[in-house]
Amino acid sequence: MSAQAERPLLEICGVSAFYGKIQALRDVDMTVNRGEIVTMIGANGAGKSTLMMTIFGRPRARSGRIIFDGTDITGMPAHEIARMGLAQSPEGRRIFPRMTVMENLQMGAALADPEYFEADLRRVFELFPVLEKRQNQRGGTLSGGEQQMLAIARALMARPRFLLLDEPSLGLAPLLVKQIFDVIRELNEKEGLTVFLVEQNAFHALKLAHRGYVLVNGRVTMSGSGEELLAKEEVRAAYLEGGV
Amino acid sequence: MTDATRESAPAGGGKLAEAVKESAMAALLAFVLTSLMLGVRTVDAPGGLGLQYRWHLVIGAMVIVFVGRLLLKLFWWKEDGGAPAAVGAASGRFATLTEPLRKFAAPALVIFAFVLPFLPIADRQIIDIGILVLTYVLLGWGLNVVVGLAGLLDLGYVAFYAVGAYSYALLATHFGLSFWTVLPLAGILAAMWGMILGFPVLRLRGDYLAIVTLAFGEIIRVILLNWVEVTKGPDGISGIPRPSFFGLEFKRFGENTFHNFFGIEYSSMHRIIFLYYIILVLAMITNYVTMRLRRLPVGRAWEAMREDEIACRALGINTTNTKLTAFAIGAFFGGLGGSFFATRQGFISPESFTFIESAIILAIVVLGGMGSQFGVAVAAIAMIGGFELLRNMDWVKGFVESTFGIENFDPNEYRMLIFGLLMVVIMVWKPRGFVGTRMPTIFLGKERKAISGDLVKEGEG
Ligand SMILES: Nc1ncnc2c1ncn2[C@@H]1O[C@H](COP(=O)(O)OP(=O)(O)OP(=O)(O)O)[C@@H](O)[C@H]1O
Ligand SMILES: [Mg+2]
Repeated sequence: MSAQAERPLLEICGVSAFYGKIQALRDVDMTVNRGEIVTMIGANGAGKSTLMMTIFGRPRARSGRIIFDGTDITGMPAHEIARMGLAQSPEGRRIFPRMTVMENLQMGAALADPEYFEADLRRVFELFPVLEKRQNQRGGTLSGGEQQMLAIARALMARPRFLLLDEPSLGLAPLLVKQIFDVIRELNEKEGLTVFLVEQNAFHALKLAHRGYVLVNGRVTMSGSGEELLAKEEVRAAYLEGGV
Repeated sequence: MTDATRESAPAGGGKLAEAVKESAMAALLAFVLTSLMLGVRTVDAPGGLGLQYRWHLVIGAMVIVFVGRLLLKLFWWKEDGGAPAAVGAASGRFATLTEPLRKFAAPALVIFAFVLPFLPIADRQIIDIGILVLTYVLLGWGLNVVVGLAGLLDLGYVAFYAVGAYSYALLATHFGLSFWTVLPLAGILAAMWGMILGFPVLRLRGDYLAIVTLAFGEIIRVILLNWVEVTKGPDGISGIPRPSFFGLEFKRFGENTFHNFFGIEYSSMHRIIFLYYIILVLAMITNYVTMRLRRLPVGRAWEAMREDEIACRALGINTTNTKLTAFAIGAFFGGLGGSFFATRQGFISPESFTFIESAIILAIVVLGGMGSQFGVAVAAIAMIGGFELLRNMDWVKGFVESTFGIENFDPNEYRMLIFGLLMVVIMVWKPRGFVGTRMPTIFLGKERKAISGDLVKEGEG
């Protein structure tokens, strides 16, 4: 058991992925330890979303290994990966627009033990009170920020061990960004949830995260603790221009 | 309606002139379109074909278009030529009406369907129409699982209808199996074919899926047509046995007959009414099963998959299984419908299973509002029942023949034209179908609200 605990929760070793002939990921190495918040920052088109999707099996890793909690999940179907305790709030939110907020949350809980449904529901309503007010409204009619909250809440309803968030701050007002990042910190500190966060909003993400990686053209070029990366001149120049 | 439009209305002079001009253009367009299609007709003449001119039809069409356009322009359309204002308001009212309407209309409709054979209006013709309508209600509900709930556009649904019909016809004529034995078997066989179709199309969506399913429907029909040793090809299968009532037959003579057993006078209506109840019960079962499934995880997965397949996979839903079950269950109901069709007709041939059937069933689902059980039933009644009534009403025939000067008017030949017209009208009037609302499948507390389609046109990906 102790040997298990020392091993990182997620290990990505030498992963490459392609869209047809275009290589989107080049030999990516990365780890996420239990109870950590890890962020990946990078410019548009760097391959951040691709990495997240590759963890979920599509596009497939053409080479390399993805190991979750000691199990090789490379090439596993997405639904089986989800069953291992990974939940994702994908790029573009992807909530179910014609279903109500409540039904969206219920879909999120599809894999979880129904016994916890009520308690989990209360928890996400506590985190995002606006969702409780909107519970019978269709997902597609929520505001962008509300949809983002719904996407995160839906992922949480699966009771994940590992939460992947793709640009949760996209298109949100600064106050909402802060609110969502506070929620992530709270989940991590209080419940020990492990989080992998892909962000454009480098300053906030690096402040929040224990560790970070920088992705450039599908390749990891830098890594280190959040503060280390924030202090680096290259990072400041490339990702924090005017951001501080 | 904005205040600006209301204010500009009294300044009518310019508006009238403009409307007349526009209507004249429309009439001109009508002339171009109808001059050859309606105005000239080829007739047999000594020494070849002759031409017959029917300018009165062309002028009639132009007048209708001119007046119609003028009225629409003056009293109906908004200034900016956008969506008709009056219609917008009307459908808004309709939306608020739908909830109580549905609460009472659906049970009322079911009760009406159950007592129909005992109403004084129920002659043989009405019951026959009822059977036909219910068959399409059943098929519409079956296809609704695939298209409306799971969002998989299936243009070859008639294939499963055909599989059901031929399963019963062959098993009954070769092995003497009874309708009641074969009915579930036919459903299961059709469901198997549903899976067989499902596998190759697992990765397809939208247009591509439509094309492949369309081809699948045709393949089944062509096989039925050409596998003469088994299906008797174009001659079809005749002498398909009728269903029995717990072993009692609906015949005038014989030992075990329905009227003998109950000690009543023989009437050919007994069998018709019996068939009516069979299809009614089958349709109700279909409805019940679908409504139940919608509340189960698999049903919710269908709907979620319709919305976003990638999100579904990320939530741990096995989309492969979800798709296959949708195809299989939809096909199962199609198979039941097919079996019933075979036993009712007593004769089947590949001609009954053409693409047009798929198109009609799909039209019912789309007009019904994609996913609404009640809407599908209403659409089937309106389209199939309305049309059959139209065909059987002599005054329509007389009216058309006298006003348009067409001899031997047969509404059946205009079936597709009427379907098309109805589609256009409904899609303009209610773009989400008759019942464009979707009831959520779960409720917390006592709140139970229909999520109206009219209110949420925006903001959907
Ligand atoms: N489905 C696809 N087919 C082909 N190329 C793709 C596809 N999806 C992404 N790409 C390409 O892969 C590269 C990485 O894309 P990705 O979406 O991972 O970027 P990203 O880092 O998430 O960018 P952003 O910050 O803008 O979201 C881009 O060059 C993109 O054009
Ligand atoms: Mg991205």
